[in-house]
Amino acid sequence: MTETFYEVLRRQGITRRSFLKFCSLTATSLGLGSAAAPRIAHALENKPRTPVIWLHGLECTCCSESFIRSAHPLTKDVVLSMLSLDYDDTLMAAAGHQAEAIIEEVKKKYKGNYIVAVEGNPPLNEDGMFCIHGGRPFVEVLKETCADAKAIISWGACASYGCVQAAKPNPTRATPVHKVISGKPIINVPGCPPIAEVMTGVVTYMLTFDRIPELDRQGRPKMFYGQRIHDKCYRRGHFDAGQFAEAWDDEGSRKGYCLYKMGCKGPTTYNACSSMRWNGGVSWPVQSGHGCIGCSEEGFWDKGSFYDRVTSITPFGAESNADTIGKAAAGTVGAAIAAHAAVTALARARQKTGESTTEKQGEN
Amino acid sequence: MIYKKDILEAERHGKQVRSIYVYEAPVRLWHWINAACMVVLAVTGYFIGKPLPTVPGEAAENFLMGYIRFAHFAAAYIFAVGLLGRVYWAIVGNHHAKQIFKLPITNGQWWSEVFFELRWYLFLEKTPKKYVGHNPMAQLMMFFFFTVLAVGMVFTGFALYSEGAGVGSWQDSLFGWVIPALGGSMQVHSLHRLGMWIMMTFVLVHVYAAIREDIMSRQSLISTMVSGWRMFKD
Repeated sequence: MTETFYEVLRRQGITRRSFLKFCSLTATSLGLGSAAAPRIAHALENKPRTPVIWLHGLECTCCSESFIRSAHPLTKDVVLSMLSLDYDDTLMAAAGHQAEAIIEEVKKKYKGNYIVAVEGNPPLNEDGMFCIHGGRPFVEVLKETCADAKAIISWGACASYGCVQAAKPNPTRATPVHKVISGKPIINVPGCPPIAEVMTGVVTYMLTFDRIPELDRQGRPKMFYGQRIHDKCYRRGHFDAGQFAEAWDDEGSRKGYCLYKMGCKGPTTYNACSSMRWNGGVSWPVQSGHGCIGCSEEGFWDKGSFYDRVTSITPFGAESNADTIGKAAAGTVGAAIAAHAAVTALARARQKTGESTTEKQGEN
Repeated sequence: MIYKKDILEAERHGKQVRSIYVYEAPVRLWHWINAACMVVLAVTGYFIGKPLPTVPGEAAENFLMGYIRFAHFAAAYIFAVGLLGRVYWAIVGNHHAKQIFKLPITNGQWWSEVFFELRWYLFLEKTPKKYVGHNPMAQLMMFFFFTVLAVGMVFTGFALYSEGAGVGSWQDSLFGWVIPALGGSMQVHSLHRLGMWIMMTFVLVHVYAAIREDIMSRQSLISTMVSGWRMFKD
């Protein structure tokens, strides 16, 4: 019988008091209110740990880097106690065939009852040869591992949307997880990387309540991706007032005015940065004086400059923004109208002369 | 309504003026309200994407961006409700009211008239034809560059509005799907702005064509959208 979370925590020398504090904190960070704290405690006391297999595809490991910096709950607690992270080739000590055997073991022992967390995505070109995992294309390993999983977590922009390796022209055909795996609940946790507490929060929610969190249209947990950066930004007051930083070293920039004109993507980005912040709540991009780059949005690499608000779009291959296209179209049509009007006036004048001549002839 | 002096003027030249009631009051009212909304929407929309220079003073004492966005949203609601009202009138109104909502694409005669109008605008035809409603070319333009585009602007616009209104709002339930469908919030912003430019370019053509035809063709245009009566000059 697998140990329960609580048993593991106690074995690790964590007091009941600390355990209950952790439950309250988790309930709060998940936005569930204080009534949920005893329920979390009860679940952790009674449920066997759920095994998690953490796979790495085409990625940069920034998700793992973020994850291990979680402060609430501490990743130490998540990895060592709450989650039975049975396989993570970056974090675990085992290697080679011994390590690969764990995947097979988990698949057999916990069939239909384990979670697959995917960091990165599978490239599909050249039969998936651009990403090799244990001597085989990653896409094969991913499909096999997910086949008997209960649910799949897509960590970061890579697994959720494709990120930089899927940016145009996407030479390896890097493909988001949900376009390769079907028939399983998939939770997208975008961001490059996602916020540590968001990652551990999602895992904690799934382990404690034994169900996936409520998702939005793009498969993201509503509790963390329900609002835009802009909606909770502490500089929002300056936006509404019409006060903007117009250069990186101007007065507005020094006064902490809105970074909208510097290309901040806060108004088009769904994430929890402006409320949860980063590095245990120390700071976050806008607070440090740089606009949001929209890293948790689909295809953010292909949405034009990070430093423009009206960004370029590439509908016909040529790169230009809505204003350039619009002004060119309006200018061309305006010129055409002027020319047309001139020709019309000329033609009419000529016709008039003709008419008056015929009229005169008629009178005669 | 026919102006007395027009009739006298026409009679002096041995010509007669006849008129037909084309645009009913709701259509005319909608046209001008819609025009006003579009002006407000284009100007405020431009400044939402590219805001005015920073205002001095405390943030709490200013609300410039807030007012600009308010004007945009208010005009957008009027525009959208007006469009719905206009659809209703296309159903209950006279047959001219239906013109901008459907194209008789299976009608060969209509197509030949489209090409006739094209030749007329290219100075290849000497005498223009008379039409009671829109000429076929105008109808084609109105359908794509106003009706279809306006619906697109309403959909993208409300989708963007739903981002502020929040998950679960009716704007989100009805239009929220547009954002992932078009490739994300930033893309929808860009397309909405591009739509504004196309609409403004259409306005240029529309106003020019109306003025030109009012002078050149054998029927009234601008006064028709005020009085509702189409007057034929010969």
